[in-house]
Amino acid sequence: MNVSLAQLKSGEKGRVERIHARRCAAKRLYEMGFNIGADFEVVKNDMGPVIVSLFGNNIAVGRCLAQKIIVKQSN
Amino acid sequence: MGTIALVGNPNSGKTTLFNALTGSNQHVGNWPGVTVEKKEGKFKYNGNIYNIVDLPGTYSLGAFSEDEIVARDFILRGNSDVVINVVDATNIERNLYLTTQLLEMGVKVIIALNMIDEAKAKNIQLGIKALSKKLGVPVVPTVASKRKGIDELIKETVGLIDEKMSLKPTISYGDKIDGEIKSIKRFFTDKTLEYPPRWIAIKLIEGDQYVHDLVTEDKDLDSDNEFRDILSRIKENDEDYELEIVNRRYEFVKDVTKASVIRPKEAVKTITDKMDKILIHKYFGLPIFILIMFAMFQLTFVIGEDLLGEMMVTVMDALAYAIEIFLININSPAWIIAFTTEGLIGGIGAIIEFIPLIVVLYMLLGILEDSGYMARAAYIMDNIMRKLGLQGKTFISMIVGFGCNVPGVMATRTLESKKDRMIAILINPFMSCGAKLLIYLVFIAAFFPDSGGLVLFIMYFTGILVALIMGKVFSKTLFKGESADFIMELPPYRKPTLRNVLRNIWDNVSEFLKRAGTIIFAVVAILWVMAVLPVGVEPYGAESVLGKIGLFIAPIFKPAGFGTWQAAVGLFSGIAAKEAVVTTLGMVYAGVGEGTELISAIQNAFTPLTSISFMIMTLLYTPCAATIATIKKETNSVKWAIFAMVYTFAIGWVMAVLIFQIGRLLGFN
Ligand SMILES: Nc1nc2c(ncn2[C@@H]2O[C@H](COP(=O)(O)OP(=O)(O)O)[C@@H](O)[C@H]2O)c(=O)[nH]1
Repeated sequence: MNVSLAQLKSGEKGRVERIHARRCAAKRLYEMGFNIGADFEVVKNDMGPVIVSLFGNNIAVGRCLAQKIIVKQSN
Repeated sequence: MGTIALVGNPNSGKTTLFNALTGSNQHVGNWPGVTVEKKEGKFKYNGNIYNIVDLPGTYSLGAFSEDEIVARDFILRGNSDVVINVVDATNIERNLYLTTQLLEMGVKVIIALNMIDEAKAKNIQLGIKALSKKLGVPVVPTVASKRKGIDELIKETVGLIDEKMSLKPTISYGDKIDGEIKSIKRFFTDKTLEYPPRWIAIKLIEGDQYVHDLVTEDKDLDSDNEFRDILSRIKENDEDYELEIVNRRYEFVKDVTKASVIRPKEAVKTITDKMDKILIHKYFGLPIFILIMFAMFQLTFVIGEDLLGEMMVTVMDALAYAIEIFLININSPAWIIAFTTEGLIGGIGAIIEFIPLIVVLYMLLGILEDSGYMARAAYIMDNIMRKLGLQGKTFISMIVGFGCNVPGVMATRTLESKKDRMIAILINPFMSCGAKLLIYLVFIAAFFPDSGGLVLFIMYFTGILVALIMGKVFSKTLFKGESADFIMELPPYRKPTLRNVLRNIWDNVSEFLKRAGTIIFAVVAILWVMAVLPVGVEPYGAESVLGKIGLFIAPIFKPAGFGTWQAAVGLFSGIAAKEAVVTTLGMVYAGVGEGTELISAIQNAFTPLTSISFMIMTLLYTPCAATIATIKKETNSVKWAIFAMVYTFAIGWVMAVLIFQIGRLLGFN
């Protein structure tokens, strides 16, 4: 099922499917590891930016932007 | 002889590696035309000297920011013989994305696979040989912070300079894009635009605006209809192409790492995970941040002032006495003795005494930065900052401003949107810099000797508050619109490297001393002359030129409680450099800038209440000349620089008046 990154809870895992952000924000995300197909784990999602662990590194993504990242939840 | 460039992602340990390679042999300048910092150094190997240039840390080599353009231009123009690509071994998949772009640039590349110790701790297995073979470049494992692998890296790098260029793997972007690359490539030779043809082709297909502009500026190409047709055909699809190119690069990386990088099934829980559970906790994060800031100023005060500052005063007094005796002994004319003891030693000495304090402040700021906490501060503040129409990263530039507003204003470059950046620049002067600290310390010694840390905290806090309020006002009026999206790496917590922290202190303190020796010296000298002219007046009296200027300005400050000509002159000189405020007050009140005499003079001239309104004024009013010049450079506009001068003055004045008047109504004195 495809959901937005902002909807995943701490500890849940997923895979990047699509990014609907403005082009330059999308490019930045790709280059920081949010490329299509990248596997990640949500480290923290309670308030403020969502923190995601990608390739063993933590990246914080603003909530607005996280809503534009479409992901597929995996278990 | 040869030149080596250092590139890598932010937080890959590039600065640490640069320090390890060059030792103390380095200097900082600016890239021509842009405000990106340029760090250069040298090292010696086998009797030859090699230059090493630290390029800005970037995730990519596109045209996303000035940093990226500076870095890629330097490499592409053939300014370096070898490029050392620093790769963080714990985050190799993303770091190699940058490497894929280097491979396309037709330059000699060597990889410093850094953070090997952390990769081991995380149980990541690395096949160095396999990696090197797949990438077609040498790979040297390093631990920059422990100086491990540095000799090997130097040896390999130097060896590479004389070697023939090796064949690098080419990334295939699929039939369609590869076809387009071919059709564009043939319009270029190695000579056009100084860039390799294949690279230009890829950039055009990616929709790189910078390269696109360069190409259309070329008359021959622009008049070639066939070329123009291809260009517009690409333009239609470049968004899809761009995504495809990114994907292919990551696929290439995946292929490279498939056999050479093995991560454990379950990621090892690190100390960072545990620390972040507390330090960026939903509820505890913010109070802890405030506590850390408070502790920082308390420590600065206790160690820098109470402990070491006192020692400095004793040393300076002894020195001043010795110099005076010496001048008398060699029969110097009276005016030289007066100028030296009153003007110079009094003025500069007052500043020298504060060096320990500045050292401690920069040490603590350096630790915050090097440990990885700074990124957390941005994360924690993002929520609050958004409500004010700002964003979390703005807060980093504000914290840097605590050291000095010049780097503070420059640190706004990490902000991607124009709106965020302009606001961050305009509010940075409210951040209380190291030089303003000197002013508070004199007033604290005079009126609040027992609660120095608290007063300092209040001053800094007021600065932050005013900055945030003005930020909100600006985002509602002058700069409307959305703040940029927040994307930020939270690097692992790391033990700060002594070397990096010392380096940071040294860079800043030497800058401070340079200022003391030039601008501040000049200000002191000019003020001294103005204080003794016209001939015959009582030096530093109301009749002197200086006194006259002060008397002219003073009435403005009457409502704020410090409408004396002396205070006015102090503030006036502070526009040249904030350090000069203390020096000037010293001269006009006591005839010397020295500790006890100055402090008792201040006690006579001010009251606790007016001392606070004066401190608030110095906190908020017009920034120093260096900051104004930086604002002009960064905004590329004289208009905004003047705006910054004027509006900060107005805010400072209003706040000082409010505090004095309200304080008086409440019965304070
Ligand atoms: N454990 C470990 N830490 C390192 C290594 N190299 C650098 N560091 C630390 O990593 C942090 C970031 O390094 P820095 O050089 O500032 O990174 P830059 O952003 O790439 O310039 C600092 O705290 C360094 O002390 C390394 O090889 N191993």
